[in-house]
This record gives sequence, structure tokens and C-alpha cells, in this order.
Amino acid sequence: MVSLLPGPVRAGGVDLKNHLILAAGVLGTTGASLQRVLSLGAGGVVTKSIGPFPNEGHAGPCLVVMEGGILNAMGLPNPSSDFVDELVPLQGEPVVVSVYGGSPEEFATVAGWFAGKARGVELNLSCPHAAGYGAALGADPRLVEACTRAVADLGIPVWVKLTPNVTDITACGIAAERGGARALVAINTVKAMRISTGMRRPVLGNRFGGLSGRSIFPIAVRCVYELYEACSIPIIGCGGVSSAGDVIEMMMAGATAVQIGSAVHSDLRVFERIAGELYSPDGEPSAELVGCAHV
Amino acid sequence: MSELLPTVTVITRVIRETPGITTLVFDREMVFNPGQFVMVWVPGRDEVPMALSTGTSITVQEVGDATRELCALSEGAKIGIRGPFGNGFSPRGRTLAVAGGVGAAPLLSCALKGKVETFLLGARTASELLFCDRLEECTELATATDDGSAGHHGRVGDLMAGRDLHGYQSILVCGPERMMEAVFHTLRQEGISARGQFSLHRYMKCGVGVCGSCCMDPGGLRVCKDGPVFPGDRLNGGEFGKYARDASGRKKNV
Repeated sequence: MVSLLPGPVRAGGVDLKNHLILAAGVLGTTGASLQRVLSLGAGGVVTKSIGPFPNEGHAGPCLVVMEGGILNAMGLPNPSSDFVDELVPLQGEPVVVSVYGGSPEEFATVAGWFAGKARGVELNLSCPHAAGYGAALGADPRLVEACTRAVADLGIPVWVKLTPNVTDITACGIAAERGGARALVAINTVKAMRISTGMRRPVLGNRFGGLSGRSIFPIAVRCVYELYEACSIPIIGCGGVSSAGDVIEMMMAGATAVQIGSAVHSDLRVFERIAGELYSPDGEPSAELVGCAHV
Repeated sequence: MSELLPTVTVITRVIRETPGITTLVFDREMVFNPGQFVMVWVPGRDEVPMALSTGTSITVQEVGDATRELCALSEGAKIGIRGPFGNGFSPRGRTLAVAGGVGAAPLLSCALKGKVETFLLGARTASELLFCDRLEECTELATATDDGSAGHHGRVGDLMAGRDLHGYQSILVCGPERMMEAVFHTLRQEGISARGQFSLHRYMKCGVGVCGSCCMDPGGLRVCKDGPVFPGDRLNGGEFGKYARDASGRKKNV
């Protein structure tokens, strides 16, 4: 198998311990849980999405595990500005705060709470199940650009997490780049649903949710590949990554680093496990791999 | 990953245990370790974690909208169940159980299996003492009530005084966190906190260790996946007995 030469990793203005980052929304509710994931080998962590007001999220069921994936509609639960205190013990660690809002002004307000307290912010312009937030804005390139610019003006590295639930993801990637994004994160979950045949109603409390995990990996690879062709800022791959081979494939599509989320369900030590297989003293420099599949 | 969609489950019997606590018996039997929990879907309302009281039942205390709705269900009603999840209790050797209120529910199966030598049961008042008759048949039962209407007048933890706690290899504890904290304090004073097994409650959304809503300080342990039962020596110096987080993740006192 292709392996990587270990060495310093920098993605979108953020220094990481390795190429593997905890994806937003997974185990990111408290500082202690983020610290735990870092101690278990993550090269960086992204927090739960934080918004302008405290939010309890959707009624349950909020998440179901399926063969090949996880379907969730959490509804962006978060403690809002109280989350700033969670980061106190994580000073100096590679933490990126996921931020959401309903307008460019709200994005800037929330991101401003974390200026100087996190290495960067990741704009959630892609959650598929929160009315007025996430993909509701992120499907419109003009709003993607405006939200990105409002936060980029704060001087913090800005990553923009994109939704695959659009006809052309590159239009949103280009808009984010124009707005001053330092990296694109592709992709958020794919809008989906399941129905309980016994109950004759949707399983999720919110009816619709987002699909993650193994089954969306090919969609994520395609999106990274398309964005690499259309944009010049780094791309962070996300979606169904669960092995070292997946990481290599995502990097060959154009990813500078990758995020891992659903795979922690079956293996909390997934970061250590993948890093153990991914790096080798006689591995290739990552610069030679990123985007090499563009033929 | 295996398919973990909620299994539609029919309620075959409703037992009013106390004025505020109801047992719902199902049409199927689950293989489980006592102390494990299930995510119970009340269609159109919410999904809530509930301990299994036996392989065919949950025992529910009315504390909010979803549990109120659950307790009002009749025979033939359908609920969805995911699970069982979590680790459960591991009684070894001579075992003492200490329960407060509905905390007796996850400990009932341990007692019915003959794993509990002594069972200390507390409640606010006599009519709220849960499973007394069934427990008396399989353990040495001692009770306490806050108002003195049955058993010892005071806290269930008071019943530990004068007992040879060192004679028990496992001390299983479930109940309100303040009550568990008092038991924890007693075990720590005796230098045997590691023999305690405490069943924690935290706000849960996913139940399978992904969302992070039930993570505890200081180690980031997930109550749903790493617990809900934790040995006492893992609860030192953290949020246990002090605070928990609500549905939004904001801290609140326990």
C-alpha cells in the first residue's frame, strides 16, 4: 500500500499533528471529549457547531446506525457562548471551532468569540437538517461568499464546510474562495431519510437527516476531485473515511488532510489505527500524493 | 456496523408500581446485562434512554413529556426500541446494592438472578419504594424513606452505617446523583471506592457513542458507551456529584 512520510502538516492556515482530523459534530460537545480524541491520536479536532443562541436540537430519534452508515438529525444542539469556557484547557492544541449562523453577521459574531482561542473556524454552511441554517445558506454561492468574507475579516483562518446537496459543489467552493476561505471542507452529510415500516412514519424526529459513513465515501471523493480542479485553496476531505487506504484515496483526489467522524462509532481508536498504517519512514511526501489522480 | 433502526415493540402489560413509576412489559425478550439501557422511541414525541428492569420490561418514572406519555400508554401500544446499549453492572463475590427511587430498576435483574446479598432501598415516602415485594424474596432488603413512613427515617446511604462494607466485593449503586455522591463519599472514606459501581445518568441523544452529548469531565468518558456504569475510582475529581449538561450542552447543577 502507498504510505506517507511523517512530517509537519499544515492545512488551511492550521498546524496539525498529523493528517487526520476529528470531524465536526462528533464527540465535540465538551473540551474534555475533544482532549480525549486528541490524546487518542487525532492530528486536530473540530468542535460541535456553535451558534448564536443556545439550542437543544431536534426531538429524537436523532440518530440511527445502519449497515454502511449513520443517519442523523441532531439539529445543531449547542451551548452557544458558554462553549468558550470548554476550550480553556485546550489552549495551544490544534482545535478548530465549527460555527453556524443564520446570516453573515451571526457567523461573524459567533466566530469572534473564538478569535485568539482556537486555531481556526470552520463555517457550517452545509448541515442538511436545520431550517434557516447550514445548507439553507450554503446552497447559495452568494451567501457562502458573504458569510465567508464576514468571518475572514476577523483575521482567523476560515475553513468552509460544503454541502454535497447541490447541483454544482464547485460554485460554492469558488464562492468560499472568493470570500477569503483558507480551506474547503468537503463534504457534510447527504440529505436522507428512513421510514419505520412498523410505525409507518419516518424514523428521525426531524423526518429528514444527513447520511454519513462508509456509504458516502464515493460521493465525498467525487466532490473533493471536482473542487481540486476548480479551486486553488487546500481541500480537507470528509465523508466515510475509515481506513488508511481511504485517506490515500482522498488525498489522491486532492485532499491536503482528511476528517473522520462516523468511524469513531465502531472504533474510538480509529485515529491511532489509521496513523499506524498510514505513515512509514520510507513513505512518500504528501505533496507528491495530493491531487496525483488528476489525469 | 449492524442495522440499529428502532425495533417496533408492543406493550403487553402496564404495571403501576408506585404513584409516579410505571413498568411497561413488552412482547419480546432482550438479551442484556443488568444495568444496560435502551433508547425508547415515543413516536411523535421524543426518544429517551431507559434502563431495562428485566429482559422484557422498562420501568419509567414520570419526569418530563416523553416519560409522562410513556406512562400513559395502554396495552397494545407500540414503541420503538434501540439497544440494549452500554456496559451494565459486573457483580463479583458478595454484593451490596444501594438504590434510590427508580434507581432500583436496573438493579432488579441483578437481585432476581441471585447476585445481590444485601439490597438497600430508599425513596421519599413508603408508597414510592419500588419492587419491595420482589426484592424481599431474593435478597436481604433494608429500606429508608425521607419522611419516615417506612423503614429507616432518613437517607438510603445511612443504612450503610454499621455494616461491614469491606465484606462486600461489589457495591452496585443507582439513584439520584446526590444520593450516589453520598455513597461514593462513604466508600472513599473506607478506602474502597474502586469496589463501587455507579450507574450514571446524563442527557443522551445518540446512545451509541457518537454525538458526545453525554461526555463527562474530566476524561471525556461517554456515559452511553463507556458506561453507564463506572467504577468509583473513575469518578474522582470530575463533574460527578457537581454538574451535568442539558440538551444544549450548558452546565447545570445536579
